[in-house]
Amino acid sequence: MLKVVVARLVRLVGTLFAVTFLTFGMTALLPGDPVNAILGVETVRDPAVIAEIRADLGLDNPFIVRYFSWLGDAFTGDLGKSWITDQQVMETITQRLPVTAELAFLSIILALIFAIPIGVLGAYKQGKWQDNASSAGVQVALSVPNFIVGIFLIWLFAVKLGWLPASNWSRPSTDGIWANLKTAIMPASALAMTQMAIFSRLIRSDMVSTLQENYILAARSKGLSDRFILFRHALRPSSLSVMTIVGINFGALLGGTVIIETLFAIPGVGFRLINAISQRDIIVIQGITVFIATVYVVINTIVDLLYAVVDPRIRRR
Amino acid sequence: MGVEVLSTDAMSGASDALLTVTDLRTHFHVGEHVVKAVDGVSLTVHKGKTLGIVGESGSGKTVLSRSIMGINTAPNIETSGSVTYNGTELVGSSRSTMRKLWGAEMSMVFQDPMTSLNPVVKVGRQVTEHLRSHQGVSKSEARQAAIELLKWVRIPEPEKRLENYPHQMSGGMRQRVCIAIALACGPKLLFADEPTTALDVTVQHQILNLLSQQQRERDMAMVLVTHDLGVVATRTDEIAVMYAGRVVEQASTSTLFDDMRHPYTQSLFWSIPKTSEPKHTRLSAIVGRPPNLAALPPGCSFAARCPYAQDVCREQAPELQPTEDPSHLFACHLPVGSDEGRRALEVNVQLGLPQAKSAALRATVAGGGR
Repeated sequence: MLKVVVARLVRLVGTLFAVTFLTFGMTALLPGDPVNAILGVETVRDPAVIAEIRADLGLDNPFIVRYFSWLGDAFTGDLGKSWITDQQVMETITQRLPVTAELAFLSIILALIFAIPIGVLGAYKQGKWQDNASSAGVQVALSVPNFIVGIFLIWLFAVKLGWLPASNWSRPSTDGIWANLKTAIMPASALAMTQMAIFSRLIRSDMVSTLQENYILAARSKGLSDRFILFRHALRPSSLSVMTIVGINFGALLGGTVIIETLFAIPGVGFRLINAISQRDIIVIQGITVFIATVYVVINTIVDLLYAVVDPRIRRR
Repeated sequence: MGVEVLSTDAMSGASDALLTVTDLRTHFHVGEHVVKAVDGVSLTVHKGKTLGIVGESGSGKTVLSRSIMGINTAPNIETSGSVTYNGTELVGSSRSTMRKLWGAEMSMVFQDPMTSLNPVVKVGRQVTEHLRSHQGVSKSEARQAAIELLKWVRIPEPEKRLENYPHQMSGGMRQRVCIAIALACGPKLLFADEPTTALDVTVQHQILNLLSQQQRERDMAMVLVTHDLGVVATRTDEIAVMYAGRVVEQASTSTLFDDMRHPYTQSLFWSIPKTSEPKHTRLSAIVGRPPNLAALPPGCSFAARCPYAQDVCREQAPELQPTEDPSHLFACHLPVGSDEGRRALEVNVQLGLPQAKSAALRATVAGGGR
């Protein structure tokens, strides 16, 4: 176990090097001078002022020098300050990451709550109407974009029924957990829809092959109930694929809930990242990207370790 | 094959029949074909006795035992005929009725202990989960029972083994666990489906002896399914020989070995390696392969491989019929030991049939194989 963790940490360092270097490179390639973004369009283009700002930001140094000076600071936990808002990047992240993470977590939990029974039922009733109906439902869920689901939810629960606020975000620390959940449930559901579809398909197909195993027949011959066999014998060996995808999706959600965050006016990471990109706020882009990459790798490491919990045979390797 | 009950009650008294199988048929619908894996089998298993079902791979013996228990699952399976257990009809009865019998009244030890235990569930739970669901015993009682069971099947350090996962055990150990599982609720009927095929030779005997010992101690009836006539020789009271989904010969074990009538039984008998033979004696294999169960020939299904087969065998399927001993049944036009049989073999030797030549040679060496 320890060996696995150490190997993972080494891989994490390698990944972070690659991610930071590539992001730095990409942002350097972005058209447009960040100084323009800082000064705004209206400002008189005084070459002396521009040169001063460039020198101040270190933009005159070669790419490699800028990269390593940023990297050195990042190692001490200093991800720099926004060129536009003057806010510390670390502060931005600690404010916004919990929001996005909650959204991601909630949506995955919601997706799993529905996906597990649907997937298990589909496998159990393979080829019967229950299976066909759930396949059709899943197909629909997959093909509707999540912002459409979001708009529909707003129309139904905020506009028509008036049960939930249409947008905005309540922080659990200031407004309490209930108010927080009321603002989180709709965006989380919108995000959960597609995932639910994918998860249930994966569980179904893994389960179909598990149900053909000899040990399932043996369990039947012991007179156990179908429900017991499905959930206590077949589900665990059928959950490795879905675990992998849950890990990948969680990472993806941390960086990519931009549309839903915008739709529901949620102060999350994605929202901020889009702002930073349009403002050429390279330091912020860089900081957030690195942070997301780190979390991503950490989550995938946790998933890998969870395999061993689910399937004891993996522990020996 | 006849529809009438072909029981062997005359031998051991009608009252102690535990399981009666009558004209059982299990057909698989595969595309346009019908695979007749079990095709009109009738058997009786008596209380506390052991019935051996012998046949090659693909003869339908595994499907038969699963059909009797009713645990076949595929949607393309059609089972007909009758199976009565203690007076209850099992064919066509509901899942909930069957579930009460499975594991509790009748249980099964499967062929491959490597795949018949759930790899992600601890051995302790697997040994007693059905005990808990059938008899509603508490967790701690179940644990005690599990330790007892593992002791019975001679697994050392049972307390420690309960916490193991199957992959932490050897094949022989796992099969012992499977036997413990099968015995947990004290069933009256145990199916052992080739319980030793996947195991080392040294372990095979231990497992078979363990099964026989438990069967005697518990006065439990057992159906021992195997391809090895040698295995059933000393461990069964009765034997049914299966070929292509049908019973071709059936008798008490001693009668079968003393007076085998069906050429297939004889071929199986000859393919047992014997220590009395000189070293490097070529093992006698049965020529050819079992027939395609989706397209059985019109006559006797063994005809193509039989040393005795004549035109009548290829045209007309023989019915299962009794000998002078009403409990000894066989289905053959030209049975082993009969004058017609001897003449048929001579004809086939003349014709140069390879199986006839080796059978004739065998007969002169072993004195008829009887």
